[in-house]
Amino acid sequence: MIAERYINGAVLLGLIALPLLALTADEIFTITLTTRAVILALAAVGLNIALGIGGMVSFGHAAFFGIGGYAMGILAFHAQTFTPLDLGAVEIGGTKSMPVIWLVATLISALVAWVIGLLSLRTTGVYFIMITLAFGQMFYYFAISWGTYGGEDGLSIYVRNGFPGLNTLVPIQFFALCFTALCGALILQWRLRASAFGLALNAVRQTPQRVETVGLNPMRLKLVAFVISGAITGLAGALFADLNRFVSPTMFSWQLSGELIILIIIGGVGRLMGPVIGAAIFVALEHWLGGLTDYWHVWLGTILLLIVLFGRGGVIGLLTGKEGPHV
Amino acid sequence: MSTILIIEQVLNGLQFGVMLFLMAAGLTLIFGVMGLINLAHGSLYMVGAFAAAWVAGATGSFLLALAAALAAAAAAGALIEVVVIRRLYRAAHLDQVLATFALILIFSEGTRYIFGSFPLFLDVPDYLSGPVSLPGGIQYPLYRLVLIGVGLVVALGLWWLTAFTRVGIQIRAGENDREMIAALGIDISMLYTLVFAIGAALAGLAGALVGAIQSVQVGMGEPVLILAFVVIVIGGIGSIRGAFVGALLVGLTDTLGGIFLPEFFKLFMDNGPATQTGSALAAMSVYILMSIVLVLRPSGLFGARA
Repeated sequence: MIAERYINGAVLLGLIALPLLALTADEIFTITLTTRAVILALAAVGLNIALGIGGMVSFGHAAFFGIGGYAMGILAFHAQTFTPLDLGAVEIGGTKSMPVIWLVATLISALVAWVIGLLSLRTTGVYFIMITLAFGQMFYYFAISWGTYGGEDGLSIYVRNGFPGLNTLVPIQFFALCFTALCGALILQWRLRASAFGLALNAVRQTPQRVETVGLNPMRLKLVAFVISGAITGLAGALFADLNRFVSPTMFSWQLSGELIILIIIGGVGRLMGPVIGAAIFVALEHWLGGLTDYWHVWLGTILLLIVLFGRGGVIGLLTGKEGPHV
Repeated sequence: MSTILIIEQVLNGLQFGVMLFLMAAGLTLIFGVMGLINLAHGSLYMVGAFAAAWVAGATGSFLLALAAALAAAAAAGALIEVVVIRRLYRAAHLDQVLATFALILIFSEGTRYIFGSFPLFLDVPDYLSGPVSLPGGIQYPLYRLVLIGVGLVVALGLWWLTAFTRVGIQIRAGENDREMIAALGIDISMLYTLVFAIGAALAGLAGALVGAIQSVQVGMGEPVLILAFVVIVIGGIGSIRGAFVGALLVGLTDTLGGIFLPEFFKLFMDNGPATQTGSALAAMSVYILMSIVLVLRPSGLFGARA
């Protein structure tokens, strides 16, 4: 059995080495694929904070992913059409600057996560799964029927947004940005778990009654975790939109919420690198199986079924021989 | 906006509601008895619709098509219960969600593999097509009235089944205490397979009936599945009565919202923005209804436990 920290190190090294190898071999598409995996991993790291540590099975995290995407889409749309963005009381201009877009995406996702969390955390179990699903669907249908920003067709952004000092149109530079964001989120998750807050949250997942008895408020702990979780997934959404230079309501779809959970399950629930391994495997499967057969979802479904039925703890659980936390 | 239009829309909403009830009844029964969230219920709806379209195409008989839908969905349901679902009853909700999500992927792609990506068509038979005149001079499609009738008959039948038959008593006992009824000598796993097959057959029936007014295609089950979840969450998971009330509420809200909300906003806004705001709100209305219900009553209207 292999210790988890070696696995973690190997995965990070692999994520750095793969695009560099691709760069020397001039395989630009591989860099784009890796970037896709990194961004999905970032979204799943966000979800893992709610799901893996906090035990909140959110089936609506696509809402935050989509909000991040649309934050980028709307700001860049106004910048590329030179129209002001009318916020009722004030009018602001659009922007093509990534740091500003990231800030907006993160803040709005956090705000929405706070509202959704406040309402949803009144419920538990299946009801929580279903109410988060319902909120996700609400945003999905809203995006479809909101014609100003493309409705069902989505929005195309013609030039990727800029980052000071970098040329984001060069795939490897954009990859570096996304990878840095992922590392930031991983460090945050790692520190969070070890902090007093993370320990309390872990305890809330296991026995909320005891946490309440020692004088902590489980609801507030969960809400804070949910907000952090939503904000990270929102940031991933903004990056994903920038990768594709396109946003559409599918970023809000419930299949995406399901896929984010799948990433975590494949890698290992509540593990630091679980989402990263899951995302890497998912993107690899999507690419290779998708190239072999049009019906690759059958195989994805079968693999998933086997993992749920027999492979408790995902890939990391399999490699370390330890099951990991239960949700 | 005339009275006739309003009545027509109310009937449309009822028709949508009772079809949702067919889906939701199975879901809520399965959750109530076995404690399982079954995302693959939408796939059983799709199986029913495809079986009906295929048999109708081969034989030309709508009744045979319906029978095929019931049989195919019940058989598919019993099969996945024995092979997969049975292992999930004691698992965490997360595992149930994922495993049944995996089943959706397998069913959808499998159906695409067999029937291709193009939609199939199932026609309303001659003797059920055409409009009928209702009192008050309303012309309404006969088939939709028949759907309402079928839905109400099924609702009554389910009530009779659970309230008065031996199987119904066993099902209700199974909801309350699994060990106890096993100790009384009832084959519990047989009972579970039966309940699952009944739920699946209802979903397949709904798929076949609705398939005749929409196209039959891969992925048709998921939008209905999500609405059926909204229904059972509003009604309280496990309650058939709740599923009935929830289904009618959701059906009426969705249908009437789509027609009347844009009109409502036109009262105090310009036409363009009013239509946009109205239809956006209408698309979200069902989910807004669900969140209001859950915030006020976290375990639904008729729900006993969370």
